[in-house]
Amino acid sequence: MRMLHIGLAVLTMLAVATAAAQTTDPNLARNLAATCANCHGTQGVSQGGIESLAGMAKATMISKLQEFKTGARPASIMHQLSKGYTDEQLALIAGWFSEQKAPK
Amino acid sequence: MSRLRSGPTMTWGRRDFLKSAAAGCGSAAALALSACATPSGGTSGKVVVVGGGYGGATAAKYIRMWSNGGIDVTLVEPAPEFISCPMSNLVLGGSKDMAFLTVSYDNLTRRHGVKVIRDMAIAVDTDKRTVKLSGGGDLSYDRLILSPGIEFMWDKVPALNNADAQSKVLHAWKAGAQTLALRRQLEAMPDGGVYVLSIPVAPYRCPPGPYERACQVAWYFKRAKPRSKVLVLDGNGDVTSKGPLFKKAWADEFKGIVEYRANHVLTDVDVASRTAKFEVNDDVKADVLNVLPPQRASAIARSAGVVTANDRWCDVDFQTFESVKVRNIHVLGDAIQVAMGMPKSGHMANQHAKVCAAAVVALLAGQPPNPTPVLNNTCYSMITDKDSVHVCSVHQWDKDKKTVVPVAGAGGVSTAMSELEGSYAFAWARNIWADTLA
Repeated sequence: MRMLHIGLAVLTMLAVATAAAQTTDPNLARNLAATCANCHGTQGVSQGGIESLAGMAKATMISKLQEFKTGARPASIMHQLSKGYTDEQLALIAGWFSEQKAPK
Repeated sequence: MSRLRSGPTMTWGRRDFLKSAAAGCGSAAALALSACATPSGGTSGKVVVVGGGYGGATAAKYIRMWSNGGIDVTLVEPAPEFISCPMSNLVLGGSKDMAFLTVSYDNLTRRHGVKVIRDMAIAVDTDKRTVKLSGGGDLSYDRLILSPGIEFMWDKVPALNNADAQSKVLHAWKAGAQTLALRRQLEAMPDGGVYVLSIPVAPYRCPPGPYERACQVAWYFKRAKPRSKVLVLDGNGDVTSKGPLFKKAWADEFKGIVEYRANHVLTDVDVASRTAKFEVNDDVKADVLNVLPPQRASAIARSAGVVTANDRWCDVDFQTFESVKVRNIHVLGDAIQVAMGMPKSGHMANQHAKVCAAAVVALLAGQPPNPTPVLNNTCYSMITDKDSVHVCSVHQWDKDKKTVVPVAGAGGVSTAMSELEGSYAFAWARNIWADTLA
């Protein structure tokens, strides 16, 4: 039993070390999504006039963003901003907003 | 935390990490790296933020939010309320009043637990890590965030280097009493008069702002004083932002009202006769003379020793916004030496603040900061009371250049001014004011 605990601890340490080696920020999705908040509201809850993003289904947001990127969806500004983010970043952003509580 | 040390590679130097983690907690015991962690596993530490504009207020709010209230944040700001520079040209045009631009600091305290001190930071002791307040007393910090905005280089306009002259020839480039005073001057000007706007050589706060101002004053004249003129005398070789869009507005919407002249570098003024003097051009006499003097980071940045670029601006590490010169001091907003293609704008200051907030929360928890920051800019300029145009850009970390660079092929400007973009401009304002202050 004791050996098992030590074994688990070593495994955990290895996992943490590996994560650190990849140098990805554990808060990357949150940080990326925060760049949207100036217009779409803190945590995606808009004050009005621009769409709220909180609680939007991840697949819906990804498809909207991809349509902005390709120009399939007409836009005044999002076709220009969406092109500045990689597909991976957009997926992280969409995932993060999908997990936020939608405004009432 | 000791586990992190066993990580085979870290982009951010381990030595830096140890150094800043230790410095962040301010005691020898901090070398254990876990000293900043609270018993519940959260983050603690003391952050002082100087300046309650778009940069400072956003940093204060987001540090509280992202540390789950663990980090103690004090915001030092002399003004009783936030007054927005973006949208303030609408007050000159007459379609909005000062109340529209004004937002309380109360929600920072009530919703986020930020301690707001109404005072002026006048000095920084970087060894003791304290900030001296004008009203007396010191504040100690583990990390200091300076978002001090700009001050004017009055020595570049010698006749304006006194309070009396500054009350007559206005800048209105910090929203507040000057905004209203300039509106009063425009109201008092007889029809047929000339409003002259002098623009400094870039970099200055809000690149498209002066050209928006020309539109707003013209919008007012067109309705109230149709024989009056707007004369833009630009120290730069051309319009520095959204050039074709502004020029189209001056040629169409404000035909016969706005005249634009490039390469007019102001050297001084004559206050009594409201005359502008230039390096090479003839003097120009105005009925209302509005001078935007050259600018630099505000005085507190100098006191802290973080002014590094051209004796005017503060170089920072764009992964953390920490000064390249002084440890534990971060600088945000218009005061920094910007990265390529990065405007001195309120939107950008808010974005600086979020990168900085994430980094400060991580560093005080003994973790490395996000190695790949992303920022964007969106800037609307109001042409009329309803129509707007925008410029936008996205800035990503470049690991080879070790700075943030604009993404090629992304960003851009409006195709034409529109009421739709005007409605988005007002929605942008409501949202960024809430994102910064509520």
